[in-house]
Amino acid sequence: MTEVLLRVENLHVSVGDTPIIQGISLEIKRGEIHAIMGRNGAGKSTLANVIMGHPAYEITSGTVHYKGENIAEMEVFERARAGMFLSFQYPAAIPGVQVGTFLRKSVASVRGEAPSPREFRKELNEAMKQLDMDKSFLSRYVNDGFSGGEKKRLEILQMLLLQPDLALLDETDSGLDIDALRIVAEGINAVAQDTGCLIITHYQRLLDLVKPTVVHVLIDGKIVESGGPELALKLEKEGYDWADALA
Amino acid sequence: MTQEAQDAVGDYKYGFHDPESSTIRFDKGLSEKVVRDISELKNEPQWMTDIRVKAYHHFMEREMPTWGNCESLEGINFDNVTYFLRSSDKTEKDWDDVPEDIKRTFDRLGIPEAEQKWLGGVTAQYESEAVYHSIREDLEEQGVLFLDMDSGLKEHPEIVKKYFGTVVPHTDNKFSALNTAVWSGGSFIYVPKGVHVEMPVQAYFRINAKNMGQFERTLIIADEGSSIHYVEGCTAPTYSTDSLHSAVVELIAMEGAKIRYSTVQNWSANVYNLVTKRGVAHKNATVEWVDGNIGSKLTMKYPAVLLKGEGAHAEVISVAYAGKGQHQDAGAKVHHLAPNTTSNILSKSISKNGGRSSYRGMLQVTPKASGCRSKVVCDALMLDEDSRSDTYPTMEIGNSTADLEHEASVSKVSGDQLFYLMSRGHSEEEAMGMIVNGFFEPFTRELPMEYAVELNRLLELEMEGSIG
Repeated sequence: MTEVLLRVENLHVSVGDTPIIQGISLEIKRGEIHAIMGRNGAGKSTLANVIMGHPAYEITSGTVHYKGENIAEMEVFERARAGMFLSFQYPAAIPGVQVGTFLRKSVASVRGEAPSPREFRKELNEAMKQLDMDKSFLSRYVNDGFSGGEKKRLEILQMLLLQPDLALLDETDSGLDIDALRIVAEGINAVAQDTGCLIITHYQRLLDLVKPTVVHVLIDGKIVESGGPELALKLEKEGYDWADALA
Repeated sequence: MTQEAQDAVGDYKYGFHDPESSTIRFDKGLSEKVVRDISELKNEPQWMTDIRVKAYHHFMEREMPTWGNCESLEGINFDNVTYFLRSSDKTEKDWDDVPEDIKRTFDRLGIPEAEQKWLGGVTAQYESEAVYHSIREDLEEQGVLFLDMDSGLKEHPEIVKKYFGTVVPHTDNKFSALNTAVWSGGSFIYVPKGVHVEMPVQAYFRINAKNMGQFERTLIIADEGSSIHYVEGCTAPTYSTDSLHSAVVELIAMEGAKIRYSTVQNWSANVYNLVTKRGVAHKNATVEWVDGNIGSKLTMKYPAVLLKGEGAHAEVISVAYAGKGQHQDAGAKVHHLAPNTTSNILSKSISKNGGRSSYRGMLQVTPKASGCRSKVVCDALMLDEDSRSDTYPTMEIGNSTADLEHEASVSKVSGDQLFYLMSRGHSEEEAMGMIVNGFFEPFTRELPMEYAVELNRLLELEMEGSIG
């Protein structure tokens, strides 16, 4: 039986007094790609952030299980070390910290031991080549002065190196031109077979390149419809108005 | 360590000290006799004795400084300081001859190892005098003089007499008077015309005796068209009562010469660190101060440059880290005394656990100094609500052609940065350490590699156990 990586049950989440997520349930197995689609403000990013453990969001009821364990009490870094990964919509800049140093330290933290310098260099070279990234990236400061597309590539580079079991991809396709989108999609496909993926997106175009197992439609903090890839095509063609009726 | 001692040194991470092994130790307190005895013991020429005595009388009459966090200086009890301590009788050139307990201290600081890899020459200052001093052969071959200051005075009195006190006279301030009266140790460097010293030369200083005053005196002269990078590291062992460190550093860069002086100091939390550092840059010369201040109870340090010759340049890059009960009052002073002189000042400070860091700067442009350019950037990072950061810039601009920029910013670590780093497997402390190291990076990258590594490590240690 395929391993269940993530099980979200009747999840309710608030920021301050404002309820954002109002009863979501879903289950992601290894090798599955789930796409969450919805308008701005529907709660898509909140879902990704709360699964990763962002302190600004409060789970008011419901549970999140990762690899069979309730992770309510787990620290953010512990989730990362357990194999969870979030590709940020807006990754924070860390001035003065070089990308190369940051990647090496992150790989060491997540794996629990520092990789040998030679092996790490090899891995890094391969991953950067795959994403068509120039070596000069490594001496720049993390996300500092990066274009939108550069930030997203760095996120996917981290995903390739950290080899997560569960990858949460928050609007990774936004800000990418068509070539970059293709490269990023290849990156996602490269890990997707052995990973559970939750892809948050507005658009069909990424899902042309990364084929989802399940598509969920999120309206006002609730999943109103789930289905196969054809659901994404329907949203692309007809918009969300039909789904409002289901909310 | 007793609880009292532990309280006195606070969170100091590298604190350790060996039992005192001093062979000659003066009683506490200062008098003309103490000053004369120090000079006599060192067999100094009469002119140096005279300078010391003159400086002593000036010290006694001189008021406390008015520039800096002056009220905190009231905590110093000058009668409770030992002004001279000699821990071994001669300056050693061979590591094997260095006394065992002294060597242990150095071993823990990794000095011999560092020497193999990096050092152009070592002057290890243990308590008041250099006990170990070696110069790499290539330096000697180039005619570079690199000695501890006491030996410099013995072997090259004509050079010392010509320059000693010309950049920082004993009348400059109370603490320069004190240093001139009781100085001991420090480095003496002379770089001949046109010689470029490729490797950084280094000296390590530390205090190891309870209540031990440290009054080293450093004089560096770079003759025309020469260059040198001098590095001074400082990791103070632990002790239990207030300790006074009051050094004087004088740099002289002749026409077209370049001197860079890099320091990382990490004093334990009971040290008053009151240092007068000043360099003079003649025509087209450059003086650079790279100055890192961690620890101490109070640091008052404002590396200064006198831009005396046309086209001279000053660079001051400093960082300060103020933890609990600490005040880093640091900054820079640049005096544009000649036309077309330029200066850059970058100051970065971090305050944590109620620590206070201040930037105190002086920028002077005299009426005849036309066409000068200066840029001052001060960035402060606050790690919590209890800490404090302030900026006291002073500008005296006497020439309207000056092109001046001043930028200041105060920032906090953002929750987004922490969440991002933690989502990559870093604990909150590790994440803070990375952010803090990144903030200091413009400074750290100017340091020789092993200093950069040590500084980063120190800052990471400072972040431990501090996240509430």
